[in-house]
Amino acid sequence: MTETAEKIRDHFELFREPQYEELMENKRKNFENYVGDAEVARVADWTKTKEYQDKNFAREALVINPAKACQPLGAVFAAVGFEKTLPFVHGSQGCVAYYRSHFTRHFKEPTSCVSSSMTEDAAVFGGLNNMIDGLANAYALYKPKMIAVSTTCMAEVIGDDLNAFIKNAKEKGSVPLEFDVTYAHTPAFVGSHITGYDNTMKGIVEHFWDGKSGTVDKLERKPNESINFFGGFDGYTVGNLREIKRIFELMGVDYTIFGDNSDVWDTPADGEFRMYDGGTTLEQAANAIHAKATISMQEFCTEKTLATIADHGQEVVAFNHPVGIAGTDRFLQAVSRITGKAIPEALTKERGRLVDAIGDSSAHIHGKKFAIYGDPDMCYGLAEFILELGGEPVHILATNGNKAWEAKVQALLDSSPFGAGCKVYAGKDLWHLRSLLFTEPVDFMIGNTYGKYLERDTGTPLIRLGFPVFDRHHHHRSPVWGYQGSMNVLVKILDKIFDEMDKSSNVAGKNDISFDIIR
Amino acid sequence: MSTAVAESPADIKERNKKLIGEVLEAYPDKSAKRRAKHLNTYDAEKAECSVKSNIKSIPGVMTIRGCAYAGSKGVVWGPIKDMVHISHGPVGCGQYSWGSRRNYYKGTTGVDTFGTMQFTSDFQEKDIVFGGDKKLGKIIDEIQELFPLSKGISVQSECPIGLIGDDIEAVSKAKSKQYDGKPIIPVRCEGFRGVSQSLGHHIANDVIRDWVFDKAGEKNAGFESTPYDVAIIGDYNIGGDAWASRILLEEMGLRVIAQWSGDGTIAELENTPKAKLNILHCYRSMNYITRHMEEKFGIPWVEYNFFGPSKIEASLREIASKFDDKIKEGAERVIAKYKPQMEAVIAKYRPRLEGKKVMLYVGGLRPRHVIGAYEDLGMEVVGTGYEFAHNDDYQRTTHYVKDGTLIYDDVTGYEFEKFVEKMRPDLVGSGVKEKYIFQKMGVPFRQMHSWDYSGPYHGYDGFGIFARDMDIAINAPVWKLTKAPWS
Repeated sequence: MTETAEKIRDHFELFREPQYEELMENKRKNFENYVGDAEVARVADWTKTKEYQDKNFAREALVINPAKACQPLGAVFAAVGFEKTLPFVHGSQGCVAYYRSHFTRHFKEPTSCVSSSMTEDAAVFGGLNNMIDGLANAYALYKPKMIAVSTTCMAEVIGDDLNAFIKNAKEKGSVPLEFDVTYAHTPAFVGSHITGYDNTMKGIVEHFWDGKSGTVDKLERKPNESINFFGGFDGYTVGNLREIKRIFELMGVDYTIFGDNSDVWDTPADGEFRMYDGGTTLEQAANAIHAKATISMQEFCTEKTLATIADHGQEVVAFNHPVGIAGTDRFLQAVSRITGKAIPEALTKERGRLVDAIGDSSAHIHGKKFAIYGDPDMCYGLAEFILELGGEPVHILATNGNKAWEAKVQALLDSSPFGAGCKVYAGKDLWHLRSLLFTEPVDFMIGNTYGKYLERDTGTPLIRLGFPVFDRHHHHRSPVWGYQGSMNVLVKILDKIFDEMDKSSNVAGKNDISFDIIR
Repeated sequence: MSTAVAESPADIKERNKKLIGEVLEAYPDKSAKRRAKHLNTYDAEKAECSVKSNIKSIPGVMTIRGCAYAGSKGVVWGPIKDMVHISHGPVGCGQYSWGSRRNYYKGTTGVDTFGTMQFTSDFQEKDIVFGGDKKLGKIIDEIQELFPLSKGISVQSECPIGLIGDDIEAVSKAKSKQYDGKPIIPVRCEGFRGVSQSLGHHIANDVIRDWVFDKAGEKNAGFESTPYDVAIIGDYNIGGDAWASRILLEEMGLRVIAQWSGDGTIAELENTPKAKLNILHCYRSMNYITRHMEEKFGIPWVEYNFFGPSKIEASLREIASKFDDKIKEGAERVIAKYKPQMEAVIAKYRPRLEGKKVMLYVGGLRPRHVIGAYEDLGMEVVGTGYEFAHNDDYQRTTHYVKDGTLIYDDVTGYEFEKFVEKMRPDLVGSGVKEKYIFQKMGVPFRQMHSWDYSGPYHGYDGFGIFARDMDIAINAPVWKLTKAPWS
């Protein structure tokens, strides 16, 4: 059976047709030097053993399927959150093509970013000329209000000095002297995308608060009643920041979202392409120095930024991507304490509805075992919610987690009877997790799209939460923060549990006694 | 929607000239001068497309190009399924290129096949300071330990490797010796080399020459040749393209002894010099190795195009012309066999697509090769351009495009948006970075790198899918909803 015009078969069905199966089989038999099914099965079984796990965990140099990306990605994420701001990555151009694709695949939205397109000559002589021409072109063509410069590993290895280069470019007339060009060194061989977010935010804070690289006077802080809010690197930034704004507005809080990228990654399709949309205004970014306090939703994304802000005299408060009742309670209480605004009845009701939903459903989650992987803060927040639901977060893994994170999550586990026997893995990758899922299986796994390979290999159902999510659409539009966001997370977890129940009881006449319509 | 319907080529050329002028006005003078050389209108009276190509992108613009690493790891080496490809350097490059090209393969991932895995040396600061060679040696040992069925290892250099002066060749040689001649292959595809992914293709081809062919030795001594042995070169099996191509070659009586590199294996690479004819799909990425095989082993090569029935038919005959009557008859048999299927596809879709204007901007061969498939459906390509073409690609393009076609080399985001805005085509075919820009403008779009996760598009089986997908894009009801009724 080949294609017909009536029923077009694409790759899903086409390659299951016998003529294609035969084609692949012949190729394998005659040309691939194939070792044979028995040998493949033997080795496949061996990869599931404790012996393999021990070898796998003995790895010191090789990293396989890491759950992290590199610094400049975080820099771009941070930069697009400002009004008419063009992220400019100083280094080789291929990197920028990758960052743009990566965000576009997650958000299903355009991502604008330019590069200084450094090649061999820049590797030898430095990238100053690329900076001079690059800023001039970017300024002329894309008419930004601000350019946020970060680096790739190439520029870092050859030691290009951004501050000096930008100064030089301004003197050469690439952009007006007073035009805002912020910068952050973001070497890809240090930390991960969350470090790049942190460095970029710190760079922007310092630019506006500390005299724009010596070109104007430093701002003098005159404390007011507003608060600053940092979301951190967050795949749900579109839904989450809108939810946070709703909450702040309900509370009557005077706030600044520092790096609000929720609109630029959610522009309407109405006949016009908006390269820039929304974002924190440059005035807001500067005025943020006067705020009473700064709240970060993700501690490990904002360590340096918060330290810088604290140095300017503000109180800083950091959370770990709170999800669930206790996490959201703490967040709202902190906001309330800092601002003196009461938590309104509307939010108390939302809380009650979430408690109600958990009461209705937690029996299905109680005692279920979970593996969680992703960015450090998100892992923490989700682990806390799972404990609250009576589940057991058996493996918690962050490739970009550090010792401090590990200790913090361990303390969380120690605080709950459901955390007994659960373990934290900082610096490990998804191939480590694969071994764990074979030797110490769990019922469900929570993480990003790459977990689908683990789902296939180990049979552990995947609940998609994290970044990136490439293979499902529009998840980033719904919040996972606040009581309503937590409700979304709860529903996601429950849907997967119910889907699995149905899948295991849907063969008519065989196992369908429990194929219930009411659960 | 289209503006070009009744215009004469002279009108079109005049309009394009004006359009190019308008676009260039936005640049600073120096950059406008440089960009002007890359934008033109094809003039049928001149021998070439007359645009400059394969030149550095200007800094600070949104070029759509990638880098040498993307060309080597993402295109040439990455799809070799039974090898472990190390993204050697920091974590990012491997992460962003992980699974994103849809090079389909058959095999047990993580056991004897490694296509959708991301192996990296995850360089840290200390590796930059002290060098990463020791680490690389250890990584190779660990791969050997954890993936005993891997048939080879390649080391895909990221930017820092070349800058800090690591000797990955020495490490690879020593480790290959230690592991009984297992192919361990260093590829100097640092992203800063060259002006686009194109140099990465070339470097990767040269490495196959030096590290696979030259070292394969007597490995393929037991290989029994037939007079009908061919190798598919330059098909990355995106959405299964190479399979939909291979099936036709086999049906006409040829024996495909190797597939490069989609669904490919190191054994196939090693056996390729035994082919009687290399048949080359993506000229840009793999002409280097076919030329080498021609010089060194006397293997002729022929280009082919398996997009759309007209081009497939011509290509099957062209390939068959290099063989005896048995194969020539085979080609006619295959053409005849699929004819009714193709006629049915065209009968169904042509009425929905007739007269629609298309603008393309892709890489490799597609800015020219897909034009025939659009024409089979009654569509017209009014603008086209390449991310990383060389002069010889533009020469080849003249065989495909009509007089007056707008040509844009290494188009910047700014230029492309303006061109589309002014020309208002019915469809844009380009990549994921461009997709949502045009859809927001209300212009239907297909990703012509990844086939929008559909495919295959090659071969007779692919054409039906291609036609269906263009119909899905152009005739989706959503495009009538772009404007609110009150606006």
